[in-house]
Amino acid sequence: MTKTPQEFKYTKTHEWVRMEPDGTASVGITDFAQEALGDIVFVEFPQAGATVKAGEAVGVVESVKAASDIYAPVSGEIVAINDGIPDHWEEINKDAFAIWLYKLKPSHPDELKALLDATRYAAMAEASK
Amino acid sequence: MLKQTPLNTLHREAGAKLVEFGGWEMPLHYGSQIEEHHAVRRAAGMFDVSHMRVVEVIGLDARDFLRYALANDVAKLDTPGRALYSCMLNEHGGVIDDLIAYRLADDAFRLVVNAGTAEKDIEWLGRLAAGGARDVQIVPRPDLTMIAVQGPYARELAWHAFPGLNAATAALRRFQGAFFRDGFVARTGYTGEDGFEMMLPAPLAPLAWRALARANVKPCGLGARDTLRLEAGMSLYGQDMDDTTSPLESGLAWTVDMKPGRNFVGRAALDATMAGGTLLGIVLLDQGVLRSHQPVHTPQGKGVTTSGSFAPTLGRSIALARVPAAVQPGDAIEVEIRGKRLRAVAVRPPFVRDGKSLVEGFLSERMP
Repeated sequence: MTKTPQEFKYTKTHEWVRMEPDGTASVGITDFAQEALGDIVFVEFPQAGATVKAGEAVGVVESVKAASDIYAPVSGEIVAINDGIPDHWEEINKDAFAIWLYKLKPSHPDELKALLDATRYAAMAEASK
Repeated sequence: MLKQTPLNTLHREAGAKLVEFGGWEMPLHYGSQIEEHHAVRRAAGMFDVSHMRVVEVIGLDARDFLRYALANDVAKLDTPGRALYSCMLNEHGGVIDDLIAYRLADDAFRLVVNAGTAEKDIEWLGRLAAGGARDVQIVPRPDLTMIAVQGPYARELAWHAFPGLNAATAALRRFQGAFFRDGFVARTGYTGEDGFEMMLPAPLAPLAWRALARANVKPCGLGARDTLRLEAGMSLYGQDMDDTTSPLESGLAWTVDMKPGRNFVGRAALDATMAGGTLLGIVLLDQGVLRSHQPVHTPQGKGVTTSGSFAPTLGRSIALARVPAAVQPGDAIEVEIRGKRLRAVAVRPPFVRDGKSLVEGFLSERMP
């Protein structure tokens, strides 16, 4: 059974989103996603400063098994990438919710309302097994 | 409905992630594929390879039949127990399957073929055998289960697990096997490490698996098996070669015995054609992960990756690739991943053998 903490919002494409006090949104992949991917060995990050649209593929998570796109949960500007994790990719497998991949400043905050809450995401993820 | 091996219940109990492979439900990993990979390089791991099919070729003409059916020459197996790797070709020189052939006795050989191709292979061998008035029978052995125990300590731990095995197998050289109780134990494998492949009656398989687990042999899935064989530069049928590619353009020329005086299926086609390309190894210098079917750019022309993954022993990504025959180990090349060209270097496989990287020389020259 994979974890789905209540304090995060979720996308149908298996990203988690956490609103930070400074108004940016931290984005990572869910426990369900890391479990499905297996050992993660590389992340191709988006470019800091890039402007992205909701649902746009902005990076790639590579596991030993496969490459999987990561998507922007909402539109906005990429303001930071977590370049501290290279060479410690296994931390994502250990605790997917502890490792953010990038931060984004939403340009259309109303899009945040369309994100899934934990209960709906957990139900969706369970159904896709 | 997927076929299940006699070890399926044990895999479930161990928390394996199960996937479909060649019509079978097989363990992909038991938690971490990378940890399983390292266990085999550093200590010992075991694999359920019961999906692979054992097929026996029996009869007074078995040897002559296999000298005709296989591209490598079983006449090299001068004593019972010896084994060799070979391709089985069609008339066009394409690879029907790759296999290991063990000589059990003067008139009995045992082949181990791939899961996904087993039915095709048995039918093909049956047709070849029916073609002449020979004393040869093709006997599939679905009653046998296979467990591979691989790693620098694999043999010692297997000896610990099975009393009497030491005496029966201590003298075996690589690519040699011996009967042990109701089974057959051979010093072969698909990881680039020392170890055993054990064929045993299906009802005994769970006992053997548990005995090995008690001896601290770590269960490993097909995921680790794939990264281990890739590091070892070993081909995977259906990916690195198939019935449209010849062994000569698949890095398998060393497995074809072209000495004059022996006719074998596919020989005329191999004699008549020049290989258009070759299979080489690639080590990625930039960050990223190589996969199959990625375009390769070399000064001598284009190529394509046939297998690729992250190589846990090297900490970087590697691939096998079909490239123009003029490409040499050490050449700087590029691989295209999602539209971007990344820097890589061509190497001669294997990348890793007996736990050690064989490509550091290429890397130290290239790395900034």
